[in-house]
Amino acid sequence: MNGFAMNDLNNSILTLILLVPLAGALLVVLAPERGKLPNWIALATTLVTFGLSLHLPAHFIPTQAGFQFEVIRPWIESPAIFYHLGVDGLSLWLVVLVGLLAPVGVMASWNAITERRKLFFALFLVQQTAMLGVFLSLDLILYYGFWELSLVPMAILIAMYGRKDGPKAALKFFLFTFIPSAPLLVAILWLYARTGSFDFATLRILINSGNLPAYQMGWVALAFLFAFAVKVPVFPLHGWLADTFSEAPVALAMVVAGKLGLYSMLRFHIGLFPMQTRAVAPVMVGLAVVGVLYGACLALVQRDFWRLMAFAALSHLSLITLGIYGLTLTGWEGAVYQILNHGVVDGALFLLLGLLYDRYATSQINAYGGLAAKLPRTATLFVFASLGLIGLPILGGFIGEFLILLGTFTGVSKGWAIAATLGVILGAAYMLSLVMRLFYGPESKLAASRPPEDLRLGQMAVLAPLAVLMFVMGVAPMLWLPTIEAGAHPPSVVNTSGFSQIHPPGAKAPDHNAALSARLKSCPLTKLGISADCNAIANSINGEVQR
Amino acid sequence: VNPVSDIFRVLPELVLTLTGVAVMLLDAAFPPRWARRPLGWVAAIGTTLALWASLGQLALPMGTGFSGTVETSAFTVFFHVLICGLVLVALLLSLDTLPEESQHQGEFYALIVFGAVGMCLLTGAVELLLVFIALEISSIATYVLVGYRKDTVRGPEAAIKYFLLGSFATAFLLYGIALIFGATGTTQIYEIARLAPTAQNHALILAGLGLMLVGILFKVSAAPFHVWTPDVYEGAPTPVVALISTAPKAAAFALLLRVAYEMLPGLRPVWSPLLWVVAVLSMTVGNLAALRQTNVKRMLAYSSIAHAGYLLAAFAGLDSTGIMAACFYIAAYAAMNVGIFAVVTLASGYDEKLPVIDDFRGLIYRSPLLGSLLIFFLASLVGIPFTGGFMGKLISFSTALSGGAIWLVILGLLNSGLAAAYYLRLALAAARRPILEGKETLAPPQVAPRVGAAVIAALAMAVLATLVLGIIPGDTLRAAEAGAHTLKAPPVESSTFGNAVEPPTQP
Repeated sequence: MNGFAMNDLNNSILTLILLVPLAGALLVVLAPERGKLPNWIALATTLVTFGLSLHLPAHFIPTQAGFQFEVIRPWIESPAIFYHLGVDGLSLWLVVLVGLLAPVGVMASWNAITERRKLFFALFLVQQTAMLGVFLSLDLILYYGFWELSLVPMAILIAMYGRKDGPKAALKFFLFTFIPSAPLLVAILWLYARTGSFDFATLRILINSGNLPAYQMGWVALAFLFAFAVKVPVFPLHGWLADTFSEAPVALAMVVAGKLGLYSMLRFHIGLFPMQTRAVAPVMVGLAVVGVLYGACLALVQRDFWRLMAFAALSHLSLITLGIYGLTLTGWEGAVYQILNHGVVDGALFLLLGLLYDRYATSQINAYGGLAAKLPRTATLFVFASLGLIGLPILGGFIGEFLILLGTFTGVSKGWAIAATLGVILGAAYMLSLVMRLFYGPESKLAASRPPEDLRLGQMAVLAPLAVLMFVMGVAPMLWLPTIEAGAHPPSVVNTSGFSQIHPPGAKAPDHNAALSARLKSCPLTKLGISADCNAIANSINGEVQR
Repeated sequence: VNPVSDIFRVLPELVLTLTGVAVMLLDAAFPPRWARRPLGWVAAIGTTLALWASLGQLALPMGTGFSGTVETSAFTVFFHVLICGLVLVALLLSLDTLPEESQHQGEFYALIVFGAVGMCLLTGAVELLLVFIALEISSIATYVLVGYRKDTVRGPEAAIKYFLLGSFATAFLLYGIALIFGATGTTQIYEIARLAPTAQNHALILAGLGLMLVGILFKVSAAPFHVWTPDVYEGAPTPVVALISTAPKAAAFALLLRVAYEMLPGLRPVWSPLLWVVAVLSMTVGNLAALRQTNVKRMLAYSSIAHAGYLLAAFAGLDSTGIMAACFYIAAYAAMNVGIFAVVTLASGYDEKLPVIDDFRGLIYRSPLLGSLLIFFLASLVGIPFTGGFMGKLISFSTALSGGAIWLVILGLLNSGLAAAYYLRLALAAARRPILEGKETLAPPQVAPRVGAAVIAALAMAVLATLVLGIIPGDTLRAAEAGAHTLKAPPVESSTFGNAVEPPTQP
């Protein structure tokens, strides 16, 4: 009986992960706005979601190729859209990361959000569902749905809870990310018109069979890349980032950049278009290195710590982009690892800066100074997280950055690797200078004017685990890397037919290929609605593999 | 002739007519001091019955009645249900928002119901003269409704503008009908479809089609026949705008589908590029003009022009998928548009104290329900997934793309990105704090809008429809598809016209 129950849970866990935050949002809306009731409901919901997301790594089989915990249900018959979810090594830990950052976000908003709590937490939870949906969806329309849906709560929350001029930042953020997704939708629809499928796995096979016109495919791939590059953001497309970071509530600023775009690049740009990727990869590598240096240089001269964090994020995210478009296995492992680490570290830094801002009501770095003596716990944790961001060995940042730079050095070009390393060194300069100006030096008037109020128990309860996690990520990367490796198939090791030849040790490679070719046979081009059959076959094969 | 079956074929129209007559008679019979509000409930109940009757028509075998002039099929039922639903929402909305002391309230409700008769008839008519009559019934009712606020300057102006331009457009339509009659010798749509490919005078048919298109595109407010829209929407009472921006357009689109796909499918090489141009023009003109508006109703008027463009994109689709996509888009558009006008009615009041976007500032603080709903409907108009607006655009553009119109789709989606800017302006105004320190407040006095049971029902219907069309569109799509399949001219023998019941074309 227990086995059956576990099977049921494995089959429905992804749906549950998506539905729990939505249910929480509904509960927040229906519950009365009394005291901190919305906060408590949101906290409970996010903790439950996090707990559910931990089920995934606990029952994930790293040696098994393909997606796990898959769910496929027809959603709409014509056009053939499926409710298709699944995780692999790429998305697994990202789902857990979103789950982890959600309660952190709730705690960061605990005292910062003082009015319209119901609306805030309801939208915050909808945002969770949208982000989790992006990582879990394997049907392009479903994916696009969650991708777009994630914009709405974000824009409303920035507009309503922004610091100075929220609506303007929200407009900028929304248009910057919404307009590029128009070409993305055109590209998705074009693929559908040619292949009759929105299914990720089916499309990957059909695209790489080489039967689609190469010229148009170049544009399609570019449309995908453009939408993702704005969202990351990649160097010349980062116009929205600084304003959004300055205005967004802390809980949202820590998730707005990076993850979604980077994951989408890995899965839906490189994953679907390996051949087209190879053509743009050198450009992307160049832009990424420029982004690393440009972001770091701008971060050095910022006077406002939100803007400093924005350009620091640009620099770090560009480094991850470098790892991704280096198209080496090492680089990919480092990139995914660094996405995780960056999420944790940025979460902690934003939380701490948010607390400072709530207390002193300014983000001008010059106004601070000498806080370390008054707020020792804040200072210690901030220094710790900064070191994590810089990439100090024994903390998580080191592993990720090292792997990315190693992959670039050996697999791409020594020159780019050296230039990117320079950016990392600059990173140490601006972060340490931020720490110095905020916490050390003579005590500023502002710091003297307020009674010292260090981290409370609840805040420590959030930050301490994050700090421990940074440390564990630094010393025991093997807890994560095998799973990531299972999902990472950079296209440089992909043969012409598009099937990955590298399989993790022990993977049932022949089975996997048999499954793929069975799907391929049952999917003649342009035959509408056929993906239902493909999915049914794939499903049965996956079922067998799981048994 | 079998009269019983004929009557069943116009049952919804019959129910609506009787309701309208009943409302007028009751209005006359009521003493002047009695409130006219119950008449609105009579009209609402009658409309509900008509909706139910339309659903009942699904049981009838597909075919025509009254000597081949009125058709019942899955297609007509789809539009009947849609139009009756929209009229119902508009009635419920008016019930709570029309001021108690306003004059001629009984006639107001009666006119809405009579307009519905014309719109329903328009979707079922397969005889061009009946088409013309149905169009006139619906138009005359809406002309009067638009000018209902006689005490304002804008009301009568809007009504006269609408009436004059509308009459021109109808004249174009009639002229087109005459030319097609001249070429084929008949006004029955199936017959025209049969005769047109072999007709001697091809130029006459082309001219007829062109003139008819002008008339119909005016009614759906597609560019370049759109200039009346913002003025009329601005002058008309908002509950009326909720109606006229949706139901008559749905009926006119049904006619367009009938003319294009059923009457002259052979002229696809002619009308398809024409509608391509009109679609792109409508989107672009609508969105660019909307960007510059400060008045909410004018902005939404231009937005509805743009949406007519997105809808026309579906006409680039191949036969039945194109029809299906257009039907679905009409439903999705109607649900969200009637919803947003309902919210605007409540937020700015019947006498429109707050017409400008800046007046909506802080709406979500004044009334969390209305503010959230405004943002919800705007999100649907933008095309955010899991709302009807997204699904409609997805299906419309997906169809156009499989029909080969790649540039139409690219332009359309770029347009919808552009459109986000002005929808967002309104949404952000609603989300903005009502008072800004140091500056004079733009926020209006703390008006708590009156939200009664009828309005709640209307809003709930619109929200539900928008969500259902966005999340579980399967049933609606199947209904639209069934309708699309019936919109192929069935082979009709002229001798057995009217009394023969054709077997349904759909297996």
